[in-house]
Amino acid sequence: MKKWIAFWNILLKDVRSYYLKPPNISWGLLFPLVWITMFFIRSGMGMDKLPDLLPGLAALSILFGTTSVLSVTVTFEKKGRSFERLLLSPISLELLMLAKTSGAIIFGTINALVPIFAAMFLADLSALNWYIFIPAIVLIAISSTFLGLFIAVSVKEVFEAQTFSNFFRFPMIFLCGLFFPIASLPIFLRPLSYALPLTYGTDILHGSMNGSNLMPFWMDFLVLSGFCVVLFYFSLRNINKKWIT
Amino acid sequence: MTEQKRNWTGGNQESLIDVVKLTKTFEDIIAVNEISFSVDEGEIFGFLGPNGAGKTTTINILTGLSRPDSGTIVVAGLDCTKNPKAAQHLIGIVPDESNLYPELSGFDNLCFCASLYGIRKKERCERARELLQIFGLREAANRKFAGYSKGMKRKLTIAAGIIHRPQILFLDEPTTGIDVASARQIRQLISALNSNGTSIFLTTHYIEEAERLCNRIAFIVKGRIVRIDTIENLMGQTQGQHVVQFAFQTTTDKACEYIKAEFPELQCKTVSEGISIESPLPIRVGPLVRLLEDNGLEVTEAKKILPTLEDVFVKITGIEAGMMKQEKEKMKMGGNA
Repeated sequence: MKKWIAFWNILLKDVRSYYLKPPNISWGLLFPLVWITMFFIRSGMGMDKLPDLLPGLAALSILFGTTSVLSVTVTFEKKGRSFERLLLSPISLELLMLAKTSGAIIFGTINALVPIFAAMFLADLSALNWYIFIPAIVLIAISSTFLGLFIAVSVKEVFEAQTFSNFFRFPMIFLCGLFFPIASLPIFLRPLSYALPLTYGTDILHGSMNGSNLMPFWMDFLVLSGFCVVLFYFSLRNINKKWIT
Repeated sequence: MTEQKRNWTGGNQESLIDVVKLTKTFEDIIAVNEISFSVDEGEIFGFLGPNGAGKTTTINILTGLSRPDSGTIVVAGLDCTKNPKAAQHLIGIVPDESNLYPELSGFDNLCFCASLYGIRKKERCERARELLQIFGLREAANRKFAGYSKGMKRKLTIAAGIIHRPQILFLDEPTTGIDVASARQIRQLISALNSNGTSIFLTTHYIEEAERLCNRIAFIVKGRIVRIDTIENLMGQTQGQHVVQFAFQTTTDKACEYIKAEFPELQCKTVSEGISIESPLPIRVGPLVRLLEDNGLEVTEAKKILPTLEDVFVKITGIEAGMMKQEKEKMKMGGNA
């Protein structure tokens, strides 16, 4: 019980201190809307094509929302030494990092809801399998958050967190089948696509939207969950190695 | 509140911390080299040494922020060598730099720190209010921590360290870089905490602070403990040593030469105020003044110097305490710039 008091208060503090700050709220709202607008202007498609773009828009909103905020806040707290206070508290490192990442997972999921709500009003989503779509959104939020955590514990400076995030994020946009099918990628790039977690998340989202998934859902969920475990494990290992010297 | 040492009887208490042959290296630098010591229940244990001696590394290892290469640590009977989390609920930590959350108010910072120890909302709010009152920060309770002065930040960091009523409090250089009044208040608070039963592990480079507060002191130099003892025993080192200091109208480096020639049994050295003469026997000032004045030196002051812990420190470690303090202050200024 005592540990959960700590967990809940770490989460609450982060939500108040970071995620509910006006710049982050506006980022969470504006960013997905800008993506939507950008793709429509660029592609010249009508609103009836919105469901085709929705998986990509939702996934990008999550990816950028979670990795940006988490990697910066953790690096910021580490730099300001307030993270030491958490490391010195009598809760396990696993629970501590789950508390630190929970805020970003919620933030990422809410970010994804912006294009989803927009699409609900602008397009016909009757074909969407919500029972697959929503768990996939949450799992993408978890894997992206853990990727943000992995980035945060791999760098020293706050600015490095942003640049290092882009090292992962931008290739994902093009290689994960968000907007271009993996089949249309040059053959030598395809193995790289399957090494990225978002590929599996995108596959579930596309499948739940129009049944165009390349792999069975169970396999996508399994691989994506595997990425979550691996990223979380290596993040904790890095903390143990680098921060508890 | 006054700075008063608790009536620590020494030796009869149970050890709260037992450290045996603790070693820590960073690449090719031995930060802590096979140090062993124990901290008794109810005492203020001072860890005194120059910059880079291994004080903070020792605290980091004891509190779980760093891992030792070898050695054992037992805190309150719990083996923390492999599992530093084992005793973290029993200890409070005040690091050398305030590490609270700049965006939170003083009150929220304390409540948050209490929550990390699983204290329920009602209790942590009451405790936070109580500590803000004790530390004289009630007026600033709702101000953001970022806007606090250095002294206020220090006080709130100490309050955060004791919010969960720890059995032992680690204080890393608690008065470094803050004004005299705040430092004095913090020393009084440390004494009061100890009087209420909290054992304290204090690192400092202010020798006079250690002398005023601590029951026992360990001198640490280059990662090794060179001496651990009670203040009384350490001061006993200088008993039987007589020191007289002379000041002159004009500065001179000849004074010691005259004295050595006439009184070879006396040890003379030039100090910033003039000269300092040491002897195992009582020193007769009259003949010395006459000798110096006959040689054309105008003596403006002659005073007997009582031995201090600083003398003991210099004697044992060979490090000038003043230099140690200046070096630390310089580093702090550099860090703040």
